[in-house]
Amino acid sequence: MSTVAAGATAGITTTARRRRYMDRKSLLPLLLFLPPSLILFTVFVVLPMVDAATFSFFDWNGYGPITDFVGFENYADVITHRNFGTAVRNSLIVVAVSLLVQLPLAMWCAIALAERSVNINILRTLFFLPFMLAEVAAGLIWKFVYDGNYGLLPAIGGAIGVEMPFVLGDKLWVIPAIMLVITWKYFGFHMMIFIAGLQSISSEVIEAARLDGVSKWQIVRHIKIPMIRSAIVISVFFAITGALQLFDLIIPLSNGGPSHSSHTIVTFLYQFGILRMKLGFGGAVSVLLFIACVIVALAYRRILFKVEQN
Amino acid sequence: MAAASKKRRPVISPVQWISLLIVAAFVIVPFYTTALGGFKEIGELRVNPFGLPASWDPVRFTEILGGPRYFSSLGNSLLIAGGTVLFSTLVASMTAFALAHIKFFGSKFILGYLMMGLLFPAATGILPLFIKMRDLGMLDSHWGIIMVQVAFSVSFSVLLFHNFFKELPKDLIDAARMDNCGYIRIYWYITLPLCLPIIATVGVFNFVGSWNSFLLPLIVLNSEAKYTWPLGIMQFQGQFGSDWPRILAFLTLSIMPAIAFFLMAQRYVISGLTGGAVKG
Repeated sequence: MSTVAAGATAGITTTARRRRYMDRKSLLPLLLFLPPSLILFTVFVVLPMVDAATFSFFDWNGYGPITDFVGFENYADVITHRNFGTAVRNSLIVVAVSLLVQLPLAMWCAIALAERSVNINILRTLFFLPFMLAEVAAGLIWKFVYDGNYGLLPAIGGAIGVEMPFVLGDKLWVIPAIMLVITWKYFGFHMMIFIAGLQSISSEVIEAARLDGVSKWQIVRHIKIPMIRSAIVISVFFAITGALQLFDLIIPLSNGGPSHSSHTIVTFLYQFGILRMKLGFGGAVSVLLFIACVIVALAYRRILFKVEQN
Repeated sequence: MAAASKKRRPVISPVQWISLLIVAAFVIVPFYTTALGGFKEIGELRVNPFGLPASWDPVRFTEILGGPRYFSSLGNSLLIAGGTVLFSTLVASMTAFALAHIKFFGSKFILGYLMMGLLFPAATGILPLFIKMRDLGMLDSHWGIIMVQVAFSVSFSVLLFHNFFKELPKDLIDAARMDNCGYIRIYWYITLPLCLPIIATVGVFNFVGSWNSFLLPLIVLNSEAKYTWPLGIMQFQGQFGSDWPRILAFLTLSIMPAIAFFLMAQRYVISGLTGGAVKG
């Protein structure tokens, strides 16, 4: 809110100072155009973050005054929570699989599908389709695929004579099963970013290399991939922040189970903070997640800066 | 760049083709079995996973279409997504216009402030957001969800609009200013009509985001009559447990409108992705 006021007063003082650029006519549009988004953004995006930080230092169940200051106790509770380590580990596995499996797969497909040709447009659309699908629907479809009694996986297993486990009810298999769904759901998104990058490379460069007798895969390795570095950096960023906030897909698939072995940070927050209305505990989880995102964002800016310098 | 590449024949090796077809099968098989599963009997699912169903009796589909849940949850989602698109387009384009065309002290700061929203997942603040909505009396209401989704979408929408508005010819705005045309009229009569492609892109993006959203409606809505379709489908699944043919029929019917919409609007989705992500 204060930003709105600051913006408005700043507008008035500038009017006085720089008549050439700014006249009184600008004031009314500014007062009309800026506040709606600034107020909504501040109230529903920024303030909740601030509140989360405040709550994290109190013991509060959501009702009555907030008085019970507990210092860093909530943070200690979160870090020593039995399932927090699992949730963090799972989220890191999602990051790793996204970077090591999903992005290379997306790149492999993008290199083929970036060639302009009508008959492969349909593959591009097909690969992008899971990304447009609601996570809940994708989760339920795969819950069926994995279902131990009626699903596709045991049917395939039966056909080749292998007894398949109930993967979503198995502590060992549940994480790889979820990773496969994540790859299915999101690789098309990264592929589209890569295709856009690849198609923006000037064809003269490629043509020149080809005339010089450079092989196709050398062109990919030494020209195409280096030239879409910024698209890759963006993809990596989306993959990491997406992995850190994974929620919708887990709920229909495994709901964090079996015995809390497949929680991510956000399902952990939902299960132990929101459902039990433990505001302080939930606030502490939020702050830790927020800090993780800040670190990613800062590292990302540094890397992006380096990429742009080159 | 187009001239040379158009003439060239596509250079995709057999290895690439095979791998693409494997990936295509991986993508399509879950959709395929879901669509057919609604027609199969439960025992048939196990013994005949890939084949066509024994009969094409649409009884489960008609039952769902005739039931109370399907159309009401889809209608609720449509209302919320429509409201979100309308208000986010209006609010974000106004702000982007002010930041792109009106010179004032602090405009860079405001843009930077709004862009903070791109870096942090909305999920981090979900618990305090719940408390805030409760205190403001916004729980269990579609309006509450619309307002919050508009707030969530502001950063990305302003970014896309701002990138587009910056590219508009300055002379156009200056000429209108010379003719004593105020900023509000410039916004409404000049900028918006010129920006229909970007409006479509932002609109499609926010529509899909709202249509698919789950966590926010999950914590906000209590009464079943107000449920959006993701909540409805989760409830349906909970109710029918492992009656998969019925659940698959419900799933098929629920995702069909979205797939049809995507096939029509994918151009805008992709231009938003590349405009916002790669260039931004």
